[in-house]
Amino acid sequence: MGGKMGITTKVSSGKMSPLKMALYALLALALLLSPILFEGFGMLFMTRIMALVGLYVMLALGLNIVVGYAGLLDLGYIAFYAIGAYSGVIIGEIAIKFLPPVLQPWTYFLMIPVAGAFAALAGITLGTPVLRLRGDYLAIVTLGFGEIVRIILLNDAFGVTNGAAGLPRAGEFIPNPAGLDWLISKFYFTIPGLGPNGFNFMFSNNLYWYYIIVLLCCLTIFVVNRLNQSRLGRSWVAMREDEVAASSMGISIMGAKLWAFSLGAVWGGIAGLTFANFQQFVSPESFTFMESVFVVCTVVIGGMGSIPGAIVGALLIQGTPELIRGFASSGIIPGLSGEQVTAISNYRNLVFGLLMVLMMIWRPQGIIPSKRRAAELTATDEIADEENQTLYDMQHDDSHYE
Amino acid sequence: MTITTIFEQLINGITLGGMYALIALGYTLVYGILLMINFAHSELFMCGAYVGLGTLSVLTNETFISEIVAKAPFFAFLIPASAFFTSGTVGLISLFLIVFLVSMTVIGFMGVIIERFAYRPLRHAPRLAPLISAVGVSIFLQNAVLLWIDSKQIPFPNPMGISVAFTFLGVSVSTLKVFIVATAIILMVLLDLYIGRSRMGKAMRATSQDREAAGLMGIDINLAIMLAFFIGPALGAVAGVFYGMYYGSIVFNMGFIPGMKAFTAAVIGGIGNLRGAMLGGFVLGIVESLAAGFLSSGYKDVIAFGVLILVLVFRPGGLLGESVVEKV
Repeated sequence: MGGKMGITTKVSSGKMSPLKMALYALLALALLLSPILFEGFGMLFMTRIMALVGLYVMLALGLNIVVGYAGLLDLGYIAFYAIGAYSGVIIGEIAIKFLPPVLQPWTYFLMIPVAGAFAALAGITLGTPVLRLRGDYLAIVTLGFGEIVRIILLNDAFGVTNGAAGLPRAGEFIPNPAGLDWLISKFYFTIPGLGPNGFNFMFSNNLYWYYIIVLLCCLTIFVVNRLNQSRLGRSWVAMREDEVAASSMGISIMGAKLWAFSLGAVWGGIAGLTFANFQQFVSPESFTFMESVFVVCTVVIGGMGSIPGAIVGALLIQGTPELIRGFASSGIIPGLSGEQVTAISNYRNLVFGLLMVLMMIWRPQGIIPSKRRAAELTATDEIADEENQTLYDMQHDDSHYE
Repeated sequence: MTITTIFEQLINGITLGGMYALIALGYTLVYGILLMINFAHSELFMCGAYVGLGTLSVLTNETFISEIVAKAPFFAFLIPASAFFTSGTVGLISLFLIVFLVSMTVIGFMGVIIERFAYRPLRHAPRLAPLISAVGVSIFLQNAVLLWIDSKQIPFPNPMGISVAFTFLGVSVSTLKVFIVATAIILMVLLDLYIGRSRMGKAMRATSQDREAAGLMGIDINLAIMLAFFIGPALGAVAGVFYGMYYGSIVFNMGFIPGMKAFTAAVIGGIGNLRGAMLGGFVLGIVESLAAGFLSSGYKDVIAFGVLILVLVFRPGGLLGESVVEKV
């Protein structure tokens, strides 16, 4: 492999082969068009699954900043998801009362920075005292934080979360986002000859949120990628490898950790808000410890610190069981009873537990490892040399310092 | 609160504390030797309750026994045995002894097996690897019980019934509570003697101080680690059986909250410190019970987690622990 293909896509992006570009273009096209086909052929559940997988991609990429880049194990990440969802919905409800009618459908979009800010604030508030702790202590404290947040929501501590019943309260609703009603009223068509039942396309709620989530995922990937290559990203890696060495190189350990924690939280918060709006409902039972574990699983199994890894992990962990359930309930896999489907989704957890153990033993770098991680975990000199060569090239090639 | 309620909560707190302390010992033993949080410990506690319930059912549950005998007449001896176990003090004591011994042995070996397959290959891996592996084991065990035993709550009989040991300040204290606290204290004293006085205990302490040096002195490190992984879960199993009797039912995910609390107890006492874990267990049990009396009981889990975060932030070494210096 050439020295310049490596750590950064930035270095390689200028030299992307036509084949690779064509593949990416095809992938993008498939992502944009496939839900339209699914909707048209009546497989409505597919769009929903794709949107849910997209949310998991966002969550995994956000947690990836914390676990993959900075090396801090956060077992309560779902708390930020919850905080984003609840703060967005609650403040959105208040905001609607003061907004002019034209702006009301834009509440969701206006709440994105709010949810992100609340999650980041929670990240900083929790992080400031606890980030000094060693790795395994930190894991337990974040777990405790996640549970505290869930219990507080469940007990309706501030009188605004409506306890176990969730939000919005009976009689209230989360307004449709801007453009949805217009799209639904304008975009429907039928091609009778296509397929067994004809091709009946109607723009749906799920489709709208799917596109929003795809956009958000692209934004997340872009930002995370840039972060990884930034000064901050490299200080995370240095810190993850050796805190003492990193701090003697002038890196502020607390600063770097807090940045990782709060930036990770921001994506959790935005994903949470989107989840609440997509579901039109939010309740504490979506934010259990198991959910945190699933996100950690996604990151670990996909490959810590790897963006494609996070996507593959989300597909595997969130996508597979939902797909099985979807196919079974729509009769595409015949002869699968409801009980069997439940059994399959229960076995999912069993298999994931086993997978986590086996991955740690046999392939700790994950399915699609990041180059840096792979290098340090396998520790073969070849990869390390290549890595060093790439770093050397980067440092002696001024073209990417605009 | 009146004196009576405070005293009542105190008794509850000491009982809970005894159970927390037993579980906390498992965390602290493993942490002391391997510097890892055995996240699966709370699941071993839960499995202990299930094994205990199974043994108890085989020995005393008449419908269960008649089902077994109908299938395999060889087990007909269980019928007179159950009559013996359910009548008289001698029968009751031998029943408890058998239930505890079976549960402790099974869970102890489970701990050893888990160590062998999920943790030992990772002994030289980065620190987060065994923790993630332990989370995996924990999820696996929980779902194994959910899938292969039962997903619903199962009632857990209390062979002591509702008998009252003594009444003090207008509070009647049940025999079960006295029994739980007494057993916990006896087990702790035995453990303390074993670790402090015996040859193998000395080896375990040496291993926890410096694994390599202990190995060079001819100590079988793997044996010491295996022993920690046997004793800890075995004590957790006892707590699991008590927990079932105390609350009257068990369920597959019952381990998580007591496990977290016991971990908190271990941290309060200074993780790695055996006497600290015992003290921490009782302190946490009492604090939680008293606080639950003052606040709404919905928040009693928050208290434990809050205490955990506060202790870790302000006194990470715990009450009895020395401050741990991060080695480079």
